[in-house]
Amino acid sequence: MPLINNELFLRIASPTIAGLAMVAAWEGVCRYYNIPSYLFPAPSAVAATFIEDTPTLLRALWMTMRVALIAFGAAVILGTLIAFVFVQSKVIERAFLPYAVVLQVTPIVAIAPLIIILVKDTQIALILCATIIAIFPIIANTILGLRSVDHGLANLFSLNKAGRLQTLIRLRIPSALPYFFGGLRISSGLALIGAVVAEFVAGTGGRQAGLAYEILQSGFQLNIPRMFAALFLITVAGIVLFVAMVGLSRLALGDWHESEVVAET
Amino acid sequence: MQAAVEHLDTRRVAAAAPAAARHATGEPVVEILSAEKVFANGTRGLAPIDLTIREGEFVSLIGPSGCGKSTLLKLVAGLSEPTDGRLVWWRSGFDRVGQDGRQLSFVFQDPTLMPWSRVESNVRLPLDLAGMSKAQAAKRIDAALDLVGLTEYRRNYPRQLSGGMRMRVSIARALVTEPNLLLMDEPFGALDEFTRNKLDSDLVSLWWGKKLSVIFVTHSIYEAVFLSTRIVVMAARPGRIFGEMVIDEPHPRDDAFRTTQRFAQLCRDLSTMLTEASLASG
Ligand SMILES: Nc1ncnc2c1ncn2[C@@H]1O[C@H](COP(=O)(O)OP(=O)(O)OP(=O)(O)O)[C@@H](O)[C@H]1O
Ligand SMILES: [Mg+2]
Repeated sequence: MPLINNELFLRIASPTIAGLAMVAAWEGVCRYYNIPSYLFPAPSAVAATFIEDTPTLLRALWMTMRVALIAFGAAVILGTLIAFVFVQSKVIERAFLPYAVVLQVTPIVAIAPLIIILVKDTQIALILCATIIAIFPIIANTILGLRSVDHGLANLFSLNKAGRLQTLIRLRIPSALPYFFGGLRISSGLALIGAVVAEFVAGTGGRQAGLAYEILQSGFQLNIPRMFAALFLITVAGIVLFVAMVGLSRLALGDWHESEVVAET
Repeated sequence: MQAAVEHLDTRRVAAAAPAAARHATGEPVVEILSAEKVFANGTRGLAPIDLTIREGEFVSLIGPSGCGKSTLLKLVAGLSEPTDGRLVWWRSGFDRVGQDGRQLSFVFQDPTLMPWSRVESNVRLPLDLAGMSKAQAAKRIDAALDLVGLTEYRRNYPRQLSGGMRMRVSIARALVTEPNLLLMDEPFGALDEFTRNKLDSDLVSLWWGKKLSVIFVTHSIYEAVFLSTRIVVMAARPGRIFGEMVIDEPHPRDDAFRTTQRFAQLCRDLSTMLTEASLASG
């Protein structure tokens, strides 16, 4: 059975086949029991709605993704800066890290209404919510990374009279990269979750309607296939973000870091 | 117990006499003057130590685990400060090593390479940190890689090398600065006997003929006898110098030396002294 042992087959073909089998089973069950599509739609019904509503749904996807991506970018930039500041001084870290933790443990659903009331521009409010939830993994992982410098290498640098900046650029930042990319993966997913949750709370419709609004709206209209189609888009967006982060991390670390190196036997 | 120590002491003086004449001419590279190390948790790492390393010497430190060999090496490297006493490098008035342009290199027990850099970049690191020009550095890197026989692996990452090869990269990095004093903390401890002997021989021929002084920590009696001009035996709790042995076999030594009667005798003597040192360790 050479096919079973093929890496590519295992990684791509096998989940695809499993997925198709599940969709087929789902379709079969819906048809066999004649389940009405306003209760639980068959995949074919979802697909039909999707094709029908493509422009609206894609527009909604773009609105949600825009919020998620801007928030993700803001979380990465701000989170990294905050981590650098925290690492520079123990006093600053001691003073402010507890509040970063408070931010992390407070459920975003609970503070989103407040933010949406306080911030006039809804788009900015949405971005703010998503940023708050996405920033913590970046801060935590980058701090951990900047701190996890090999002791021997640190000695080597001080032995060669390396300056603070040299040590930062040549030692601390490269040491931190694997942790940083770990943070990116978590944070990208959280940014999307944050965007969707904030949209639910804000309930923005009209030209700025995102996928969450489409889901809510479809629910009110009992258009369940459309709800599923929107849900499917959110999932795909999440997967795309995750795969992009994995690719980015492989690009940056592929040559040297254990987590990215394919075991050679 | 006391008698054994005194016996050792007389032999130590007898053996040291001819060598004293040989090395008296060498300028002191580092003078350790009653340096003492007490750690923050109260551990006495080193009782006051007096030791002078002179130019051209190859001094091995040997002793039971925990006797302060690494601690002493870190003091000499300036990586840690003595709690009491002081160190003087190259008779200079400088209180920090290397301020007069003389170079000190340290080979750690682990290769301690940057996994994200290729072999050549790892070797170049000390020169980069010193701000040397690319062209000037290139020549030195070629020479250092050639010396350790890794020229064809220069574009590899550390993970693509064997343990012995990584250690050689670490040695190339230490040599690229053309140091006056080389500190090595059990550099070949993790390697097999054969590779270790090979690297020992390479090290001897490398050191010979240069104005290089070496302080070499090891657990291997054979390695110490083969390499050293002088062996310092330490005892533990507190870490201190227990005795010294001079190996006045002429250099450069080759593998034939390992099979001589004299080599066997020196190893036996050192082994005896080491056993005494272990017994004297509280
Ligand atoms: N940072 C530290 N804090 C407290 N005690 C320490 C510290 N570093 C070393 N020691 C103690 O000092 C003593 C000497 O340690 P050192 O590492 O110099 O021993 P060593 O001779 O190099 O041993 P080995 O041969 O096992 O490497 C040990 O008892 C050790 O426990
Ligand atoms: Mg040690």
